[in-house]
Amino acid sequence: MLLSLHLGNYLLRGCAEMEDRSKLSISERIEQRTKGSGSSSFMEKLMPIVFFICALISVLTTVGIVFTLLFETITFFSNVPFADFFASVEWYPFFSDPQYGIWPLVNGTLMIAGIAMLVAVPFGLGAAIYLSEYASEKVRKTVKPVLEVLAGIPTIVYGFFALTFVTPILRSIIPGMDIYNALSPGIIVGVMIIPMIASLSEDAMSSVPNSIRQGAFALGATRMEVTVKVVMPAALSGIIASFVLGISRAIGETMIVTVAGGASPTMTLDPTGAVQTMTAYIVQATQGDAGFGTPIYYSIYAVGMTLFVFTLAMNLLAHYISRRFREDY
Amino acid sequence: MQTKHENRSVEDNSINAEEKAPLAYNVEQLNLWYADNHALQDISMKIPEKSVTAIIGPSGCGKSTFIKTLNRMTEMNPIVKTNGSIKYRENEIFAKNFSVEYLRTKVGMVFQNPNPFPKSIYDNVTYGPKIHGIKDKKTLDEIVERSLKKAAIWDETKDRLKENAFGLSGGQQQRLCIARCLAIEPDIILMDEPTSALDPISTLKIEELVQELKKDYTIVIVTHNMQQAARISDSTAFFLNGVIVEHDQTDKIFSSPEKKETEDYISGRFG
Repeated sequence: MLLSLHLGNYLLRGCAEMEDRSKLSISERIEQRTKGSGSSSFMEKLMPIVFFICALISVLTTVGIVFTLLFETITFFSNVPFADFFASVEWYPFFSDPQYGIWPLVNGTLMIAGIAMLVAVPFGLGAAIYLSEYASEKVRKTVKPVLEVLAGIPTIVYGFFALTFVTPILRSIIPGMDIYNALSPGIIVGVMIIPMIASLSEDAMSSVPNSIRQGAFALGATRMEVTVKVVMPAALSGIIASFVLGISRAIGETMIVTVAGGASPTMTLDPTGAVQTMTAYIVQATQGDAGFGTPIYYSIYAVGMTLFVFTLAMNLLAHYISRRFREDY
Repeated sequence: MQTKHENRSVEDNSINAEEKAPLAYNVEQLNLWYADNHALQDISMKIPEKSVTAIIGPSGCGKSTFIKTLNRMTEMNPIVKTNGSIKYRENEIFAKNFSVEYLRTKVGMVFQNPNPFPKSIYDNVTYGPKIHGIKDKKTLDEIVERSLKKAAIWDETKDRLKENAFGLSGGQQQRLCIARCLAIEPDIILMDEPTSALDPISTLKIEELVQELKKDYTIVIVTHNMQQAARISDSTAFFLNGVIVEHDQTDKIFSSPEKKETEDYISGRFG
């Protein structure tokens, strides 16, 4: 045993050094190391540079994407008048007399996002309240990871589910509903963002200190009164930020709406009819045979830019809300 | 302990009061477990109304647990089991049909660390009245003024009622928490080491406040600070390892305790 230890040490460091070390005290060994550590101080200087480059690459990529979007969008507007894009309510880029009014796509996008939030907010918030305020530690520890797994399901799966499962059920309830419609993908986009809202809101609510809850309980408040009148106001910024991020996600959602929402850019508020969202249009145009340099090709960038502005606005709003309404506790 | 009381001389006013005045609490044979840890063992204690009862003892002796049992806050912890009897003014608080919300409206609590809500000073005070159905603005205004005055913090806050309570100092926050508790006009106030997180000046203010509040309320105060217990309480209970070693008039406990452990503790030999 001893022999093998010695052998191991010999192989690792060399016998002489081992002899040497055994004579030195710990403080001497530390001194030796910190004095003559040229290589480690080189690493200390190198690593910040490496990490800085990593950070720089991600920022530059984003900037690059935004600039590409911007330049191609400018090219688009040199072919199509600005006024047509914002004033027209018809989007027919594939017609012989193409119309480029963005509003039908915005309408489709916002309708899907609206339906999605109608589903996601009550269920997501309800789940968050249950997990944070009512569930036992054991239930919370089981349910929360499951929720987070749900968030990892590929959206194409949700899209198929909407088209082949939800739509037939809705069609049997609502007569005259189209196969492609806004309601079914809207509901499923909502289902998709429930875990996100639940998880983020739950984080916000469980970070409210217990002492504050106890203060309310000690005044004779019921659990519901503590939740609604103390915990939720205190966690409001996090809860609202989760909603805004949910909207942002719903606006940017692509596969579900492409699969189940149809491809009819129409100005309508009827959720039973087919619509087209900005993202679905981009999918349609990139799959078709729009040649490089054609107005359709550039329209992808214009729509992409509009989409970017929407999600950027939402993210900024979430950022603003979470700072503006932050409760100090 | 009971027999001792009977032999006491006439000038023992507080103990006379303890025997004659109506009881705010009557605790009998209270046992409490945290899972397998028997934290309170056969606690029996009578708490007379309109007096200050101090509970002293070293860390981990069960004094905080005991005071939290009095308004059933210990139930928040799922591993806690209790048996025995606590009567709050003749009502058994562990009875099935006894409302814990009612108990907590009658028995206010002030915690070790000030825990105001992240709301305005005004909203902190009106939270209690509001959840119990008082919505009328004028009444709420009156409650705020009266409660803050009683908690001796009105002058410091009257011009900033709409500001967030977290802008107050620690001592002010603690007095705000007292005001919050007074707003629903409780009968009893439980204080769990209310000054341990405060500076000496704030501590003094809270102590003066306790003296003042004693006229209208029954106060049970847990404290680490024996001088504090000596200064402000009428009777003192010494807890050690989950049992009451001695409960008597405060003067008696601090001048001539019956038990060796009490003497050791108050003379600073341990704890």
